[in-house]
Amino acid sequence: MSELLEIVREKLQNKFEGALLNAEMQYDYPVFTLEKSNTKVILQFLKEDPDLNFHFLTTMCGLHHPENAPEQEFALMYQLHNMPKNWRIRIKTYMSKQDLDMPTVTDIWKTAGWMERQEFDFFGFNFVGHSNLTRILNMDEMNYHPMRKEYPLEDAMREDKDDKMFGR
Amino acid sequence: MATNRASYDETQYSTLNLGPTHPATHGIFQNVLTMDGEIIVDAVSTVGYIHRAFEKLAEHRPYNQITTITDRLNYCSAPINNMGWHMTVEKLIGAEIPKRAQYMRVIIMELSRIADHIVCDTVIAVDTGAMTGFLHMMQYREAIYEIFEEICGARLTTNIGRIGGLERDFSPKAWDKINVFMREFPKALTEFQKLVDRNRIFMDRTINVGPISQEMALDYGFTGPNLRAAGVDYDVRVASPYSSYEDFQFDIPVGTNGDTYDRYMVRMEEMWQSYGIIQQAIKNMPDGSFHADLPEFYLPPKQDVYSKMEALIYHFKIVMGETEIPKGEVYHAVEGGNGELGFYLVSDGGRQPFRLHFRRPCFIYYQAYTEMIKGGLLSDAILTMSSMNVIAGELDA
Repeated sequence: MSELLEIVREKLQNKFEGALLNAEMQYDYPVFTLEKSNTKVILQFLKEDPDLNFHFLTTMCGLHHPENAPEQEFALMYQLHNMPKNWRIRIKTYMSKQDLDMPTVTDIWKTAGWMERQEFDFFGFNFVGHSNLTRILNMDEMNYHPMRKEYPLEDAMREDKDDKMFGR
Repeated sequence: MATNRASYDETQYSTLNLGPTHPATHGIFQNVLTMDGEIIVDAVSTVGYIHRAFEKLAEHRPYNQITTITDRLNYCSAPINNMGWHMTVEKLIGAEIPKRAQYMRVIIMELSRIADHIVCDTVIAVDTGAMTGFLHMMQYREAIYEIFEEICGARLTTNIGRIGGLERDFSPKAWDKINVFMREFPKALTEFQKLVDRNRIFMDRTINVGPISQEMALDYGFTGPNLRAAGVDYDVRVASPYSSYEDFQFDIPVGTNGDTYDRYMVRMEEMWQSYGIIQQAIKNMPDGSFHADLPEFYLPPKQDVYSKMEALIYHFKIVMGETEIPKGEVYHAVEGGNGELGFYLVSDGGRQPFRLHFRRPCFIYYQAYTEMIKGGLLSDAILTMSSMNVIAGELDA
């Protein structure tokens, strides 16, 4: 799969100069780290380019790295798939806590609709342009984004439990 | 269909709550339907009723204890989820699994695929009014559960296998049960097919019900039998083989219309293919060990724990969840009962995953449901749901 890394790297470097921050193999996956502002344009390009044809969005998810520098605290991961050639790549982009806006990809892949809602629900990413960016798995009254590392495993909204004796 | 009608504006719509607990939805699903008589004009689905925070929970557990979480994703075929998780961790630590263990895993996974499809296909028949086949075929799912019980001690939430292989070899009794199942299952499935496949009522109820085109299915991220029913021959077992699937001969059935009948037929044929895979696995079962030599991850035999120092140390570390996993980022997918079940695992070198994301096929394709039922009848919506095999556990994580 490292040939695939080279093919995509070359395409991206020619077309979007400076947007590709890093390209490496992570086990059997080529992983491309992109600059945030160009991510959507590149995702669109990866889908529409006839040679690459990454027509299928396998999955996407958010990541929270409190140990990183503030401008790289949050990350989004997209996994794309070209089924006829069986090419799979992962796209990553980092952002700061203050700037969690990301243009939606629902206009490229409809399947992103609920995936983006899920990542909004758990991490608080703001997918700009999403038609219905509301909580999906958690209840609407929840006032925090539970997958962020600072929140405990147990429901942080509970008031009936006293943790004087037993820490959470 | 309904949206083209001229008298649309003057019609009085009624709102109908389908679910959350409705006997015909087979799980906790809520759909708020706007109805024009019997026809669905609009639908909004609410999910999350049994959300159990699996991704958060996984960040607080040692690796060998996450298997029990995966059980509760698609609980109709829990062993596939278990194996998928073990293989993800094995990929991360770079473990080589002996051929015998891989073949044993294939037998277990294909048995659970059959169990999963039995439930789905017979329930489609139940929803069209045919109860008999369901009751008849449930005996064979029971037989599969008994095999699991013999192999691992549990039936539904199996926690089967370990990182590095299986916890024990198949006992002679387990082999007996597998052989009995292999002898009797084809007859029962043929009988069921004779009852249902070409049944006029069944065909009228399912053909052209809840269809989805190839393009739409891909756009909505469909995988598994539902995507294949729409005519795309994508199967993870063939595209990226794992656990020695490349050694087996099997066909990937595909449909043409992506309707309920095609989904039913694809699953039906997949059961036969799975049956064939199990036959090949039994016939070509290699000799060797049922687990890899991974002292840091695989529990040592109990007698060694009491007599050898290393075994005692490893035993302690595994049980107390103190095994450290190398740093890395890995994605592994298996062909689950409903499609590509993926595990995206990020390890920071600690004892628990830094991040674990499940690609749950149900969650991804269920969002197309509201679009698929619009313009159809309420009774067809029920059929569409059961033929998509939406499992609440996998949907809500």
